[in-house]
Amino acid sequence: MNRQPKAISLISGGLDSMLATKVVMEQGVHVEGINFFTGFCVEGHTHAIRQKDRDRVKRNNALWVAEQLGIKLHIVDVIEEYKDVLINPKHGYGANLNPCQDCKTFMVRKALEWIESRDFDFIITGEVVGQRPKSQRKDIMPVVARESGAGDRLLRPLCAKILPPTLPELEGWIQREQLHDFSGRSRKPQMELAEHYGFKEYAQPAGGCCFLTDEPYSNKLVDLWQARGERDYEFDDIMLLKVGRHLRPRPHFKLIIAREEGEGRFLEGYRRSFTSLSTLSHNGPLALVDGKADDNDLELAARIVARYSQGRDAERVQVEVRDAGGSCRVMDIAPFLAADIADAWRV
Amino acid sequence: MARYQLDARRLLCPMPVIRAQERVQSLAPGDVLEVLCTDPGAANDIPAWCRINGHRVVNIDDLGDTLVVTIEVGDT
Ligand code: SF4
Repeated sequence: MNRQPKAISLISGGLDSMLATKVVMEQGVHVEGINFFTGFCVEGHTHAIRQKDRDRVKRNNALWVAEQLGIKLHIVDVIEEYKDVLINPKHGYGANLNPCQDCKTFMVRKALEWIESRDFDFIITGEVVGQRPKSQRKDIMPVVARESGAGDRLLRPLCAKILPPTLPELEGWIQREQLHDFSGRSRKPQMELAEHYGFKEYAQPAGGCCFLTDEPYSNKLVDLWQARGERDYEFDDIMLLKVGRHLRPRPHFKLIIAREEGEGRFLEGYRRSFTSLSTLSHNGPLALVDGKADDNDLELAARIVARYSQGRDAERVQVEVRDAGGSCRVMDIAPFLAADIADAWRV
Repeated sequence: MARYQLDARRLLCPMPVIRAQERVQSLAPGDVLEVLCTDPGAANDIPAWCRINGHRVVNIDDLGDTLVVTIEVGDT
């Protein structure tokens, strides 16, 4: 090749992809970063919603990593396409609703489309053999390369030495000897390499990079699918699963109740799409009704919402019920006692 | 050199960055894009994205409820 080789690197925002990228950049390859936004990424959203997170540094880790490395970053919205990965994963789920193997294959396939349309040569990921019990097993690695269509254009610099040689190695664009042979769950080799490169600060991706590895979140998504009788979702659905207390007192509707001011402000933006409840006579949270609720259901909902308001010990509480069209009415109800809120209602 | 506006209000990060990125792709160097956002994270993310991709943040205006991040498209 008589030009500088070009690679795209899947940047999650964690240390491994940061190191893998750096290893290849050190060999004179032009590298740009790509980050896929599935809608489930932990990044960003929660900071913006919850008050307690507002004071933390609001930083997108993938952008931060790209800036540290001095590379461009392309953030790609894959929300729609990702539905099929999550709803029909060929290789099933991990401990929760995380379809890690299919997700990796999907992202590598998208990266392949990207390089093919821009005359780039290969793809980099920060995977390490054996790092995660299911999706980074040695026998899975070739499956991801094959099923994504990337084949030998997929390079994992952190463990390349214990995998068959890839195109950039065979073509001599990079030296195999300067790649690594990390394997297993230990983070020590990564820490040492980070030290070597002088990376002092980096995000620790403890539980994984997305909400799908989170058990309470996965339970809420399963509940949503069960209630609707189909495994599907819209973007707003998966955003709302990240916010508030979710109670399903009847199979055909649930309540999303703000736990604090920041969540209340966020739910406020959905009042034109949902029936909502708020207490008038006392301070209290805003709640959305997801599903079809008749008058009896709304009375039940109002009594629950009143329970979470400052009127919980009052005899009567006035609750405003507003439909999505903006018509309001006021219900005068007795708040539920704590014991009236069944544990089984909590999603 | 033209001036454009993008409404990214109510979108949570990284959506404002993604929408700005998509829009910038169709603009010419020197064009100016005002991005309206409500997620405070955008005040960090859009400038970070601009720095690494060769665009310039001309101004960040805090209008209380809304942030206006003004970008000048670079020639990268
Ligand atoms: S943790 Fe989430 S984003 Fe990461 S591979 Fe698994 S499903 Fe994909």
